[in-house]
Amino acid sequence: MYSKVLYTMDTLEKIKQQIAENPILIYMKGSPKLPSCGFSAQAVQALMACGEQFAYVDILQNPDIRAELPAYAQWPTFPQLWVDGELVGGCDIMLEMFQQGELQPLIKETAAKYKQPE
Amino acid sequence: MNIQIEIEKKLTEHFQPAHLEVINESHQHNVAPGSETHFKVVLVTPKFSGERLINRHRAVNAVLKEELANKIHALALHTYTDSEWQGLYGGAPDSPACLGGMKRRVS
Repeated sequence: MYSKVLYTMDTLEKIKQQIAENPILIYMKGSPKLPSCGFSAQAVQALMACGEQFAYVDILQNPDIRAELPAYAQWPTFPQLWVDGELVGGCDIMLEMFQQGELQPLIKETAAKYKQPE
Repeated sequence: MNIQIEIEKKLTEHFQPAHLEVINESHQHNVAPGSETHFKVVLVTPKFSGERLINRHRAVNAVLKEELANKIHALALHTYTDSEWQGLYGGAPDSPACLGGMKRRVS
């Protein structure tokens, strides 16, 4: 039991750190070049179309994150887009925002915010 | 109970939708025939008025918490208010094609 708790803490810390250190971060199945799920593919395509750098985590390669993130995020499925420390949503939300022209400014503004030297 | 009917029942009770579609898309994916794992939901309700998309999705996820935790693998969600739905002449968007998921790596 003790080791189980420790494992959970470690994974949660890792997730929090990834979200804190990467202002534009997508948790997905597969990679942007080779997505393993249609929803992840559509989501990452919309994100790439915004034309800014972003980070990704392949949850198929990270089963601990896949197991822990839904509870932390209060979001049951993947992909998940996190921007500036907040969950934006999954594939359907990203696509709808993209089609409404809302995703691009969010991504551009976030990228610009973190490009500036402190 | 059949999962599709269970989802319809829960969403109808909770959201009193003006329009509801629960579509089993499992056959489009890498699962056994007859599976109930991948669903698409189109939900139109005045309850979504003034709510951001993420909050609408969270509300649906909360109602289907048990199904999402234990039974269903994917849930495509298209949530609208009555007026948003009326402006959408083509209906909700199609779900993406399957790319194999976990099973692709095995072969």
